[in-house]
Parts: sequence; structure tokens; C-alpha cells
Amino acid sequence: MSHVSMTVNGKQMSGDAEGRTLLSQFLRETLGLTGTHVGCDTSQCGACVVHVDGVAVKSCTMLAMEADGADISTIEGQAAEDGTLNALQQAFQDHHGLQCGFCTPGMIMSAADLLKNNPTPTEAEVRHHLEGNICRCTGYHNIVKAIMAASGQDVSSIAAE
Amino acid sequence: MYNFDFEKPSTIADAVAALGDDEAQALGGGQTLIPTLKQRLASPSKLVSLKGIGEMQGICIADDGAVCIGGASCHADVAGSSDVFAGLAGLAGGIGDPAVRARGTIGGSLANNDPAACYPAAALGCGATIITNNRAIVADDYFEGMFATALEEGEIVTEVRFPVPEASNYQKFEQPASRFALVGVFVAKYADGVRVAVTGASEEGVFRWAEAEAALSANFSAEAIADLKLDSDGMIADLHGTSEYRAHLVGVLTRRAVAAAA
Ligand SMILES: Cc1cc2nc3c(=O)[nH]c(=O)nc-3n(C[C@H](O)[C@H](O)[C@H](O)COP(=O)(O)OP(=O)(O)OC[C@H]3O[C@@H](n4cnc5c(N)ncnc54)[C@H](O)[C@@H]3O)c2cc1C
Ligand code: FES
Ligand code: FES
Repeated sequence: MSHVSMTVNGKQMSGDAEGRTLLSQFLRETLGLTGTHVGCDTSQCGACVVHVDGVAVKSCTMLAMEADGADISTIEGQAAEDGTLNALQQAFQDHHGLQCGFCTPGMIMSAADLLKNNPTPTEAEVRHHLEGNICRCTGYHNIVKAIMAASGQDVSSIAAE
Repeated sequence: MYNFDFEKPSTIADAVAALGDDEAQALGGGQTLIPTLKQRLASPSKLVSLKGIGEMQGICIADDGAVCIGGASCHADVAGSSDVFAGLAGLAGGIGDPAVRARGTIGGSLANNDPAACYPAAALGCGATIITNNRAIVADDYFEGMFATALEEGEIVTEVRFPVPEASNYQKFEQPASRFALVGVFVAKYADGVRVAVTGASEEGVFRWAEAEAALSANFSAEAIADLKLDSDGMIADLHGTSEYRAHLVGVLTRRAVAAAA
């Protein structure tokens, strides 16, 4: 066991980890931040995406010890302290960008990563960016629509309501 | 996963020393190794992360014009370097998805030499030089078949040097589930000839298509190879495609790469 510390959503947090402890496992089981979901554990689905030093990564495919000292953002840090959703989260709600919600934390974190680097992406760019995020429910249209709406673009022509 | 110790050295020398321990293994971006460990297909006693080594990061241009990429540089960094080598940046930008590209490294990809991986096609297609902690290996001597390379136990890829072609392009036909290459072709045109490297297709791993190279060196156009057929003997056959299908795709993708080369 080693002691691992990181800044998570702006707060200093730490705990013990083995060499094999995954970042996803550390966040969920040690820090109690269960908003980060584990959908596949084979690096395919993207439900576990968090930001490490500002970059979206699959937390199931990174060791907790590799994140020692890093600055981490998870889905828990997206809404305001009083629970007010951020623009991206609100757009997912407004445009029905989720059904069961299992993929949503990863979708939001991947989308936030896209919008940070490309504030007004095209529909094709949004779809390309989400290649590593799998959703079993929505068929993606409303996810794409929500992300484009959050970027301030007119989405009336994107997909049927 | 079996448990292991973890070390993150900050110099190549310290990494090589740490890898001298029995059953120690290098960790690049972990995008192949961590899934492998989860399946208990490997059981290293210690993982030595190469991500903390500053001298293995980044992209620069050597005096002879070659593009040098640090062995621990991630795919996203290479994808973002289209101003230095557009053909390679395009290839890197098509690997996996954004989260995979943020972690996966060129050194890890070349060390792993997955028969369906993208970087081996660029390295062989450009006649790149693979620099390790103790020698330089030309790509023609480096790839030794599926998952096999000239690397010795504990040897690490510290840098990869690509002579920049006059024109190049990578075309990948994605295997729809894994998004690896069902077939991928890298075409590179140099002053002294054209090189064509194919990944995803052969049981022997990445290979050069000599007939296409000869025809394209004489006439760099898709028409020059319109009638060229690759023998399907030795091509991979699986539920995603027969060996004939893969051999056919090699021709199609080579023509597309020539047409798109810039
Ligand atoms: C969902 C998904 C999709 C993917 N799609 C593609 C794709 O389309 N095309 C493609 O090419 N790849 C793809 N990959 C693989 C990805 O590119 C990996 O990043 C890459 O193959 C391995 O690089 P790594 O740095 O992650 O290495 P690791 O997983 O850390 O290591 C892999 C192997 O290389 C060794 N190693 C690592 N670095 C070095 C080094 N510098 N020197 C010597 N040995 C080293 C390790 O010991 C290990 O044996 C995909 C992966 C995932 C999870
Ligand atoms: S749980 Fe990490 S990619 Fe699916
Ligand atoms: S909403 Fe159910 S998996 Fe995406």
C-alpha cells in the first residue's frame, strides 16, 4: 500500500492504494465518488471518463498511483455548490440526452473536454469526439443535440424531438 | 489483476535500472497493458512508468530534417503536429478515441506491435529509425511478426525518427468493434522512391507491398496500381473479414492513400 494524494474537484484528497488500484476504483471506493461509472472495465465504453490535469482519460485504464499529485475533475464537480446544473448538464436534461443515465457522467466529461478545445463543434466533430463513449439507450442523437445546444448553436435541424 | 509495485522514474537511466529487476515491465500509456493485466494475461512484479521521463516527451526536428518523437509522447500530441508531418498526424488522430489518444504512446504502440495497430504502418512506411536506450534500429529490421519486435528484455523505445516524405497518407478501414485497423495502409513518397506499408492484413504483422512500391515509384498515381492484386495467402481471416476480403482492401486503401497523399 502507498499513500496517494490528488486534488479532486478543487479539494485535496488522499487515501491508500495498491499498485493495481485503478483510478476509477480509487475515486469510487476510496474517495466515495461514485458518480464516475464503470461500464465495461475493458477500456471501451467511456462511462469512467474523468479529467486528469485538464485532459479526458478513461479512469478504468489508469492506475491511481499514476494520478498521484494530479488535478482531477469528475462529474461531482460539474454542478454548482447549490446543485445548479452547468450549461452542459442542463442541455442534457432539456434535450433528453439521457435515458438510464449510466453513460452520462462519461458523456458529460468527454463533451466538456471537446467544448473546452472547440467551443462550437460541428455535428460531425461531436460524433467523432464521442467515439469512445458508448450509450446503450439513446441512439446518440439527443446527446449530440444537447452538446451542440450547450455550445450555443441552433439545434432545431439536428434530430427529431 | 495481480498486484505489482509501481515506480515512476524521471530519467531514462533510472528507468532502465528499475527494469533490470526480475519480472519488471515498462508502462507507457497503459492503453494496452492495463486491459491485459485486468485479464491476468501478464503478471509483472513491478511496473515502471515512462510518463515521468521528460527526455522521452515531445516532438522536434533534427538537423537532417527528420521528425523526432519522444517514445513517451501520446497520440494526441502527434495528432496535434500536422504542421510538421501531416501524414503522421492524421494517423495518430485516428487511433482509438480521444481518451485513448490522451494516454497511449508511440513507444508503447511500437513495442506492442499489435498486428492491427496503426503506428507500425507509419514506422515501416517511412523507414523510420527506432531509438532505444542503447541502440538505433531501422524499421526494416525492427518488426518481427505479430507482437514480436527486435527489442530485448528491458529495452525501451526512447525516440522514433521519421524522415519526412514529400507526400504521404494513411488510410484505415476500421474494424467496427475495436476501431483498430481491419486493414491500414501508409503510403510515403520520397525523392528516391515510394514506400507502402500494410497493417491489419497479414498473419506476419505489418509488411511492405513491394509490387505497389515499384509501380508507384515509376508513376505515383492510383491508376499505376489499378490492376495490381495482392495474394490472399497468409492474410488474416476472422469473423470480420476473409483473407480475400483483406487482400482486396489492401488494394483499395493503397489507391485511396495515393489519391489523398499530400
Ligand atoms: C479502445 C481502444 C482503442 C484503440 N484503438 C487503436 C487503434 O485504432 N490503433 C492503434 O494503433 N492502437 C489502438 N489502441 C491501442 C493504443 O494505441 C495503445 O495506446 C498502444 O497500443 C499501446 O501504447 P501504450 O503507451 O498505451 O502502451 P502500454 O499499454 O503502456 O504498453 C504496451 C506494451 O509496450 C510496452 N512498452 C510501453 N512503452 C514502451 C516503451 N517506450 N519502450 C518499450 N516498451 C514499452 C509495455 O511494457 C507493454 O508490453 C486502442 C486502445 C484502446 C483501449
Ligand atoms: S469503464 Fe472505463 S471504458 Fe468502460
Ligand atoms: S442513457 Fe443509458 S447508457 Fe446512455
